[in-house]
Amino acid sequence: MSNSTNNNNDILLEVKNLKVYFPVHGGLLQRKVAEVKAVDNISFNIYRGETLGLVGESGCGKTTVGRAIINILRHVSPDVYVDGSIVYHEKDGKQTDLVHLSTKDMRQYRSKIQMIFQDPYSSLNSRLSVRQIVSEPIELHKPELSKNEISDQVIWLLQKVGLQPEYAARFPHEFSGGQRQRIGIARALATNPDLIICDEPVSALDVSVQAQVINLMDDLRAEFGISYLFIAHDLSVVHHISNRIAVMYLGNMVEIGEADQVFFAPRHPYSEALLSAVPQPDPRRKDKQRIVLEGDIPNPLNKPSGCSFRTRCPIAKPQCANSAPLMQDKGSGQLVACPYV
Amino acid sequence: MSKPTTKTPEESKPRNESYGAFVKRQFYKKRLGVLSVYFISFLVFIAVFSDFLANEKPIVAKYHGSVIFPIVKQYGVSLGITSFEKEMALASWKELQYDWAIFPPVAYSPETTDKNIFSLQERKPSANHYFGTDDIGRDVLSGIIHGSRYALAIGLVAMSIALTIGIVLGLLAGFYGGKIDILISRLIEIVITFPTFFLIITIVAMVQQGSIWLIMGLIGFTNWTSIARFVRGEVLRVRGLDFVTAATALGYSQPRVIFRHVLPNAIAPVLVSAAFGIAGAILTESALSFLGFGVPPTVVTWGSVLFRARSSSASWWLAVYPGVMIFLTVSAYNLIGDALRDATDPRLRN
Repeated sequence: MSNSTNNNNDILLEVKNLKVYFPVHGGLLQRKVAEVKAVDNISFNIYRGETLGLVGESGCGKTTVGRAIINILRHVSPDVYVDGSIVYHEKDGKQTDLVHLSTKDMRQYRSKIQMIFQDPYSSLNSRLSVRQIVSEPIELHKPELSKNEISDQVIWLLQKVGLQPEYAARFPHEFSGGQRQRIGIARALATNPDLIICDEPVSALDVSVQAQVINLMDDLRAEFGISYLFIAHDLSVVHHISNRIAVMYLGNMVEIGEADQVFFAPRHPYSEALLSAVPQPDPRRKDKQRIVLEGDIPNPLNKPSGCSFRTRCPIAKPQCANSAPLMQDKGSGQLVACPYV
Repeated sequence: MSKPTTKTPEESKPRNESYGAFVKRQFYKKRLGVLSVYFISFLVFIAVFSDFLANEKPIVAKYHGSVIFPIVKQYGVSLGITSFEKEMALASWKELQYDWAIFPPVAYSPETTDKNIFSLQERKPSANHYFGTDDIGRDVLSGIIHGSRYALAIGLVAMSIALTIGIVLGLLAGFYGGKIDILISRLIEIVITFPTFFLIITIVAMVQQGSIWLIMGLIGFTNWTSIARFVRGEVLRVRGLDFVTAATALGYSQPRVIFRHVLPNAIAPVLVSAAFGIAGAILTESALSFLGFGVPPTVVTWGSVLFRARSSSASWWLAVYPGVMIFLTVSAYNLIGDALRDATDPRLRN
């Protein structure tokens, strides 16, 4: 899917100036002493039916972006500060900003955005059988269905994710990691969502199983027309499944564009360094020069002024400290947050 | 199943097994734990049928030409539905002129005194009083049989109170966190600092009219802290797991998330703690009764039988028999707790 075919009617989710700050408490009275800017003013769109890969190293805020979109940050840490807008576009053109919805109003949009988790062991309730795990969301979001219809739908979903129907009576601990991940996918599909946030869905799996699950997910996307926000740190996996790739660094988005362009011809110096670290499976091909960045990631409590990457950037200039760089179009939809490339 | 000698652990593992079934299967591997369950079941049997096992009234008798069931009738009398005939209510049940009568195996009620007993020699365990009598002729075995009711009831009632308070407060603190957590945690710390035993003694001494319910309540209201802390810790752990995030993302209501997803995954260590708590409650009641601060003298518990041993040191049977029962029961609950802990711990599988 090329970006030029994406007009505004195909937008599924519009993230604008999203900010997520976690307060840090300290002292005897547990006062707020600082805040971690986990996500600092990022904007991007997710289009219908596309897979948007989101990459970046640990702690760069990519998981927080996913959790902000499904609107569960408040449940995890009640005093989190979330600002900006996450506008959900329905097929009939109705637009809703999810950020400021109350828990009650959010409930009707819960079925539209679902999530697949990294750890296949903690993502399933071990006290419930597979049937209970998959039927629970159906019971809740389609209360008009009869018991038999729900049961049929559970079987159908299990078959869709490549599990045998007789597995329905079993409990999660009787399955392998890959099978458990398939159960998680079936649970996410049960509400008939438009968007699934995939938070490192295969990084806990064996490489051979990774390929199966990735291909299954891609097939399901094509069949149901769902979109994925595919969060991962394995760049070759992201390149394989994504239509577009976004790169994050320290809570900021530094580059977003077509998958091939970002993967083979990154523009931002951080993306270049990150992508040069992808292991080459072919030992004869050593044409790529590895770029090793100087220094460590700055403390997210005390981010550098201006461009957050400037302390490690090979092409940094004095004026980089002045203001945060804006995303600039470098042609064919590739947006880069650096004026010097 | 057809070739048991070559079964691998994988093959022998039953399929479609819920967590409850798994814990049950693991529990049955613990011989001492199972034995303890049998012992407690036996105790429950004795407690339920104690009126028919030790009673001065006959189970069934023919008196003045009519067949009567005095023990059964006693239940009606206690409820106020019916009443005994005058001569029965006044006379000693043993001395009535029955045509024939079948007495329980121990033909003495715990509170009735055997008036034929005068010397220490006669109070010793004998064919008449299997476990002997105390200094005023009350049968020890009858006391132990009827005391089993209180032993079991104290454990269950006190622990139910403690569990209710502990689970509710622990859930609130762990699930909601923030100010609620700080408040409840401080409350737990305050209650922990109470010297429980002396607090109970003080209150019982102040109330003067002590009753078995007061003791149960006091033990329950002072022993919920460890349960609350267990639940809080477990809920904190479970709340951060992905399946709870998934439940929220799926739009489940908060009670559903708490009671279907969080609590079942947080409850296992609490059950272990509850088993130990029952043992502790029984021990506390026995200690209170032994010190004379427990139940009123009309109520016969194991501890109060033990209490009588203090004044007559030559009567070893007053100390040994109730002591052994307390020891066995407390040990049984502790062993059940131990076996439960092993059975619910996933790291100790196989």
